[in-house]
Amino acid sequence: MLFYLFAALAILSAAYMILTRNLLYAGFSLLITLLSVAGIYVLLYADFIAVTQLMVYVGGVLVLLLFGIMLSSRVHDKSVVSESVNKVWGALVAGFILVGLSYTILNANIRELSWLQTAGTDVLGQQKSTVQSIGIKLMTDFVVPFELASLLLLIALIGAAYIATDNQKV
Amino acid sequence: MEQIPLEHILLLSAVLFSLGILAIISKRHAVVVLMGIELIFNAANLNLVAFSRYDPLLLQGQLFSLFVMVVAAAEAAVALAIVLRVYQHFRTANLNEIVSEENR
Repeated sequence: MLFYLFAALAILSAAYMILTRNLLYAGFSLLITLLSVAGIYVLLYADFIAVTQLMVYVGGVLVLLLFGIMLSSRVHDKSVVSESVNKVWGALVAGFILVGLSYTILNANIRELSWLQTAGTDVLGQQKSTVQSIGIKLMTDFVVPFELASLLLLIALIGAAYIATDNQKV
Repeated sequence: MEQIPLEHILLLSAVLFSLGILAIISKRHAVVVLMGIELIFNAANLNLVAFSRYDPLLLQGQLFSLFVMVVAAAEAAVALAIVLRVYQHFRTANLNEIVSEENR
């Protein structure tokens, strides 16, 4: 039941993000969408992912987006308002994708997949949370992508700082 | 506690995905386009986590969604730096105005 509450909240605020013309309202409704997706992660037994969602998206990406809005629009001359274009074509394309995806999902007989049949229903087993097993896996099986991710973050940090600086003044 | 049906989660993520597509197509401010991309990332992550529920020992879906979040954070940082540079150069962050100014 809680899942449907979060799902409705996520869909409604994502729709409001598209319907509103004020950029700051769009940012704050994206906040509600990200928070409800984090709640759905908790309901799907992914506690670590939910906390990461809160810290990375809500604490990092969303603040970056709000900074981007404030730095890239002049509030006094109404450029904080963004108009919608391609309304008909956008709605047509998005509706077509939605109908296609829904048709596929509803007709795919996902429950009959063999590896879902054999999967245990006792999701967490003996452990109380997924944090310990995720930590062990990051340091053993997934250590190469883990280090690559740290390298990627370093490159992105340096690149973003380099791009954002005013090159003429340096 | 009863299990959430897998189809409902997949349908939710399909709706979020198409809303992200709609945001990318119909909005012309660069930051809102980035918001649409974040929405699509979230839809993909939701699918990964939903299927990871049936993989309790390996948790591959959850780990993959973790790396998706890392890439999304890096992408957002670089893209916003690019948006700021474009705004400094063209004095606008509207994509149509940037294109028309470039063609002038």
